[in-house]
Amino acid sequence: MNITRTIKYEADRVKGFGDEVMKVPGCEKLKDCIQCGTCSGVCPLSVYMDYTPRQVMELTRFDFKKEVLSSKTIWLCASCYACTCECPREIRITDIMYELKQRAIHEGVYPRKFPIPVLAQEFEKMVTANGRISEMPLVMKLFMKTDPLGAMGNWQMGLDLMKTGRFSLASEKINNREQLAKMFAAAEEKA
Amino acid sequence: MKYSYFPGCSLKGLGRAYEESLLPVMKHLGVDLQELDDWNCCGATAYMSVDEAKACVLASRNLALAERDGNHPILAPCSACYLVLNKTKHYLHQYPKMKATVDRALNAVGMKCEKDVPVRHPLDVLINDIGLDAIKMKVTKPLQGLKVAPYYGCQIVRPYATFDDQANPTTMDRLLEALGATVIRWPLKTKCCGGSLTGTIPEAGIRMVYILLNEAKKRGADCLATVCPLCQFNLDGYHSAVRRQYGDVLLPTVYFSQLMGLAFGLPDRDLALNRAAIPFRWRPSSPPPAPAKPPAAKSVAA
Repeated sequence: MNITRTIKYEADRVKGFGDEVMKVPGCEKLKDCIQCGTCSGVCPLSVYMDYTPRQVMELTRFDFKKEVLSSKTIWLCASCYACTCECPREIRITDIMYELKQRAIHEGVYPRKFPIPVLAQEFEKMVTANGRISEMPLVMKLFMKTDPLGAMGNWQMGLDLMKTGRFSLASEKINNREQLAKMFAAAEEKA
Repeated sequence: MKYSYFPGCSLKGLGRAYEESLLPVMKHLGVDLQELDDWNCCGATAYMSVDEAKACVLASRNLALAERDGNHPILAPCSACYLVLNKTKHYLHQYPKMKATVDRALNAVGMKCEKDVPVRHPLDVLINDIGLDAIKMKVTKPLQGLKVAPYYGCQIVRPYATFDDQANPTTMDRLLEALGATVIRWPLKTKCCGGSLTGTIPEAGIRMVYILLNEAKKRGADCLATVCPLCQFNLDGYHSAVRRQYGDVLLPTVYFSQLMGLAFGLPDRDLALNRAAIPFRWRPSSPPPAPAKPPAAKSVAA
């Protein structure tokens, strides 16, 4: 029988992680968290999360880097900002989730085959290259990468979209893609 | 009144019924909309999950384009666009390091973003610039008897909205009342629709859609009115999945702009009502059948 330790040890911490996150503009107030759980209470998705938003706040603040960055929680956050608006300590919880998502992608520790981080990266790639999103091609890429057979289950939706003139495989692009590329390149230069 | 119109990718794609109905309605009200030339994707929620600095650069190109093209307020009908453009403005104000990165990027292509161009939502413009009185004057076919549940979703009221209340927004309620509709009071008007979760994690997304449809239907709504292409897509497009999991909760979801067009008497073909999976049919010219008059009444009239 496989058993797992459910209590976290001091030794699991990556010292300095919490401080690093709390230095990011917008994430400073995390230090003020009183663990009231309002964020978890108002979150429409906390019922599906491996750690509730309240737990993610505490784990982040106290350096449990591996736990938060590989959690599903940060990806289930749909950015509805209910927690950010309700937090009595004015912690920008949604923005902290974004910071954690970026770190998870940067370090390549997001849960594998989980569609949401895959979608985010495909979206980013498409917009960086074209300046715009083409919805159908994006959705198809997502299915190809995560659940090729699942796409078949959506035939009804495809049919509905065709019938209502909304199914398009065209690749949307801005004219001045060169300009956008120059901007990204300049942004990445060190100040 | 002149605005830089920022449609965003969805209003040219899955949410084209929003644009197709909003433009004639705004024109009917005398609003001058000039589409922002060569606008780019706002980045939505996905881009800033990957790289926030580049997300700000991306969004600020649109702000800079608007500044270059006359500095008229930006009209952003899509909730994600509205939020992201406003969020970027906040970041540029609050975080000097982010501002420096964005300035460096804009500088490299000879643009700038300094004039703090306002980013406005159509509901804001309709209520605060045009006004309900002017709107009422255009109503020729009041939506008498139509019960509408106004659904605002999350991103136009949280966290950057300035024109309405976060917990209980009322701009759309007041607009729908001005059109003659009956507004359904319900507690889920700002509850999240699930965003892209319907596609990525159906188990969660479909449940969120079901909760909204079910509550609106339970309260007697004939339709839901939305302000966001993703909300409309979720609430309209996933009925077969909802049926499989929870049973039928058939309820059409329309854009508020489509209802405005109907009340203004604009032709149906201008309102893209045929773009939805769940058809919305309502004719002001079909009141409940009048009780049959006794034949005697005819002779009196003669």
